[in-house]
Amino acid sequence: MYTFSSKLKTFSFVLMIVGILGIGYGFLTAPKTIQDVEKILKEEEAAHHGGGHEAAATHEAAGAESHEAAAATHEETAKTAEHSTAVEHEEAVAETTHDTIAKDTLAAVAVAEPAHAEHAENTAEAHTEAHADEHAEHVEHVFHQLQNKPWAALYVALIFFLLITMGVLAFYGIQQVAQAGWSPVLFRVMQGITSFLPVISVIFFVFLLLSGFHLNHLFVWMKEGVTDPTSPNYDEIIAGKSGYLNFAFWISRAAIFLLGWNVYRYLSRKNCLAQDEASDDVFYKKNFKMSAAFLVFFIVSESIMAWDWIMSIDPHWFSTLFGWYVFASFFVSGITVIQLVTIYLKSKGYLENVNSSHIHDLSKFMFGISVFWTYLWFSQFMLIWYANIPEEVTYFKTRIEVYNLPFFGAFFMNFVFPILLLINSDFKRIYWIVVMGGIVILAGHYIDFFNMIMPGTVGDRWFIGVPEISALLFFFGLFIYVVFNALTKAPLVPKRNPFIEESKHFHY
Amino acid sequence: MSSNKVIHAIYNDDDVLMDAVHKTRAAHHHIEEVFTPFPVHGLDKAMGLAPTRLAICAFIYGCIGLSVATTMLNYIMIQDWPQDIGGKPSFAFYQNMPAFVPVMFEMTVFHAAHLMVITFYMRSRLWPFKKAENPDVRTTDDHFLMEVSVNNNEDELVKFFKSTGAVEVKVVEVENDKH
Repeated sequence: MYTFSSKLKTFSFVLMIVGILGIGYGFLTAPKTIQDVEKILKEEEAAHHGGGHEAAATHEAAGAESHEAAAATHEETAKTAEHSTAVEHEEAVAETTHDTIAKDTLAAVAVAEPAHAEHAENTAEAHTEAHADEHAEHVEHVFHQLQNKPWAALYVALIFFLLITMGVLAFYGIQQVAQAGWSPVLFRVMQGITSFLPVISVIFFVFLLLSGFHLNHLFVWMKEGVTDPTSPNYDEIIAGKSGYLNFAFWISRAAIFLLGWNVYRYLSRKNCLAQDEASDDVFYKKNFKMSAAFLVFFIVSESIMAWDWIMSIDPHWFSTLFGWYVFASFFVSGITVIQLVTIYLKSKGYLENVNSSHIHDLSKFMFGISVFWTYLWFSQFMLIWYANIPEEVTYFKTRIEVYNLPFFGAFFMNFVFPILLLINSDFKRIYWIVVMGGIVILAGHYIDFFNMIMPGTVGDRWFIGVPEISALLFFFGLFIYVVFNALTKAPLVPKRNPFIEESKHFHY
Repeated sequence: MSSNKVIHAIYNDDDVLMDAVHKTRAAHHHIEEVFTPFPVHGLDKAMGLAPTRLAICAFIYGCIGLSVATTMLNYIMIQDWPQDIGGKPSFAFYQNMPAFVPVMFEMTVFHAAHLMVITFYMRSRLWPFKKAENPDVRTTDDHFLMEVSVNNNEDELVKFFKSTGAVEVKVVEVENDKH
């Protein structure tokens, strides 16, 4: 039996308290009114380009060097236009038209040298008029982004931990169905980790409800009036999808999925414990059949879950392999978490049956699924990049332009680092190397989820600061507390699993 | 080698063979070769053979393949004739890289796989018209054979191998042109 060390318990409480404080700080410092945002923008402008908008406008009116100035304002309006359209989620269309307009005017300015001053004045006037409107829209847009920030930070951490737990549960189900001979000694570890599922499911479901009751603006398709043609918020594309993307249907899907997963987790553990006391293999067979059914349910619900909870953040965009891509991301994270918890327990002397071959096997899975994630990441990216269809490519355009480092950084952390580190068979058995690789993989997949959710919610206002890190710390603390508490509840080695002896003597 | 005689100890079970290999090593007799009809798990460890370095070769070959693909694509598509093909940016390698990745990947795998296989053939001296080095035809079917060199201790060795469970122990003269 495992005993929860008091040090670890204290550590988890510290994490939770620090996390709560940081989350609270994130919500308190988010701007409350449009005026706050005006102030923030003024400060930023002063810091960035000493006067920005106004200075450029006067320059233009004066006619001096109007060429460059016009170009500058053009760029700026193009930027603001990009922002405001992002609210309506018409980036693609708007961007392309804007680009062409901007280019056309620039070309006109360049070619019509004699009429050059006049032209510049005209455009300048038109711009100052439009400027006020655009500015108001821009401020509102930034306001929503900044208000979203603490919510999005919480959401990324929440879905990351929920899906890690699901990754472990899926791995556990696969091991049962595959009748793997090596993994039964790790079943209790996996069951311990998935005991986090009911806890985080409840928090997650409450979060979804709060989104549905308009406490945040994470899901734009939930906004009032998007499906109403008379509303200024009307969005034809979203209205067309409202048969699927409507709150009642969406929340009931979420309820069914979370319930289904939790029921499997609960019954599977119950049967596994009952099998310990049984005199035949009835419970083992029950678990086998239930796991097979769960995997079918899981893969369907997983795909829909990815559309509902992640892809619907950008409701104008769609991708067919998105479900698989999300799956690969949390599956490898789940396996990594199994590995890290196993190594922790082993180092404390609790898993005498686990040898370096078990660690080696898990490392192989970490390595292989990392490559699989990269394959899907690249396939999704390359197909869209190659065809370059505006309504699809806008997804990656924002990510590459605004999230350059996290976007490509995730690739290095989730592929280049693990593939070079874990390709060596000997390294796969060395604890500190595996732990190091595991930490980088987990951080990389956090950033992967960050990249999926942040661009559609906070746009260019992203930063990995207090709200993001605190949310992670909070759920990490809660995870440690719940998981290691659950590990104390049952012996760490199943007694009567038909493959347990093979597993104890597993050697690779 | 002081003598050109070898002992052929023949076994009909891989467990007995493994046991015999352990005993032979413990008695410090030098095992020239073991012939088996199929891979016997753990035999290399029991014989004390050094681990293979083929995987390291494969990794290096993969790196070579990746370099070949990168250099080739960069030269052809970016340096030599940077045409606009369907609007793909060919100003710099990184700009058009996603389109090159399938080739780069396949070339890496191709080089790693084929060069490693060729390395394997060369290191284990296998080629189409090679003369088979088979001391006893039964070793390709259901018998295991351990070959140990004799150093003026023929009787002792024969006795020793009889005691290890060998179904047959033969002393054989070998021509020295082998290998």
